[in-house]
Amino acid sequence: MVNLVWLGMIVMGILVSGVKGNIEVVTKVALDSANDAVKISISLIAIMTFWLGIIKLAEEAGLIRALAWLVRPVMRFLFPSVPKDHPAMGAIVMNLSANILGLGNAATPMGLIAMRELQKLNNGREDTASDAMCTFLALNTSCVTLIPTTIIGIRLIYGSVDPTDIVGPTIMATAVSMAAAIIVDRLLRFFYTDRRR
Amino acid sequence: MLEIISELSRWAIPVVLLVVPLIAALRKVKVYETFVDGAEAGFATAIKTIPYLVAMLVAIGIFRASGAMEVLVKTLSPALNIIGLPTEVLPHAIMRPLSGGAALGIASDIIKTYGPDSFLGRLVSTMQGSCDTTFYVLTLYFGSVGIRKYRYSVILGLVSDLTTLVASVLIVRTIF
Repeated sequence: MVNLVWLGMIVMGILVSGVKGNIEVVTKVALDSANDAVKISISLIAIMTFWLGIIKLAEEAGLIRALAWLVRPVMRFLFPSVPKDHPAMGAIVMNLSANILGLGNAATPMGLIAMRELQKLNNGREDTASDAMCTFLALNTSCVTLIPTTIIGIRLIYGSVDPTDIVGPTIMATAVSMAAAIIVDRLLRFFYTDRRR
Repeated sequence: MLEIISELSRWAIPVVLLVVPLIAALRKVKVYETFVDGAEAGFATAIKTIPYLVAMLVAIGIFRASGAMEVLVKTLSPALNIIGLPTEVLPHAIMRPLSGGAALGIASDIIKTYGPDSFLGRLVSTMQGSCDTTFYVLTLYFGSVGIRKYRYSVILGLVSDLTTLVASVLIVRTIF
């Protein structure tokens, strides 16, 4: 699927550029985007280094396990393949909390730490996503910030009477899509099991 | 309520930075040494994401810049009309999982054109707030641990984005 989407975007993009007569854009955009990608990764070095240090402290102090223990009932249901009180559970909770609070700078490192922990449980198939990873990413991408500050700002600029009146609908829509993600994840997991192991 | 949440956001990280080292120290962890020990992996993790991000962002960049989106919008519009979804927000719905910045630009345009308190303005605001940049997140997260085979994650992400679109339309229509 990811191969199809990737190829589709490139083929469609180049064909449409050709037909529209602005094919020279393709080369420039390709290089610019590659450059942006490297910049993102480079800027990740700083926050990853910082948060990995803090997380190591939290781990040694037993705080990650304590957090994992606190949320055990929900997490056992969502991630049956992860052993109880595993550090991955703590990292997942921290990532989702940071997401909800809109702390982008902390959410990404926590998410990558969660992935690292989940990868440790991914026996034998290091290049393939595990069930728990798929569930985690579905939750991560469907659960977003409680206060969408950027869009509230834009509504304010264009003279909204009540810029924050979309917060309620946003949370509701998020809840619906999270529920859908959890249900569809279970169904897909069932259909995809035989390809693995 | 909103004030409480934004105060919580402001305090969350400083509190974590205070509490974690303190409790670690109380538990006889050598705080400085342990921090450095953990932080060492930061460089490798970040650098590992480069090939994945380059691959994905180049494809998205070409797609965005070419104007292929208009073609896709024209193709999909009839289907959208049949199920009663407003076609004006289709560019946003397509762009949202691919590029956060591009989607925000489209959302601002719609808010500017139709007004923030119009149905479309509120709809696109809700969509912007309740969706995430699915492809970017998948690429970054999987890339950091070297996973190439995403299995059903992509379909799952798209299903969840589509649900958000439909839910947003229904919710905004009902509430306002």
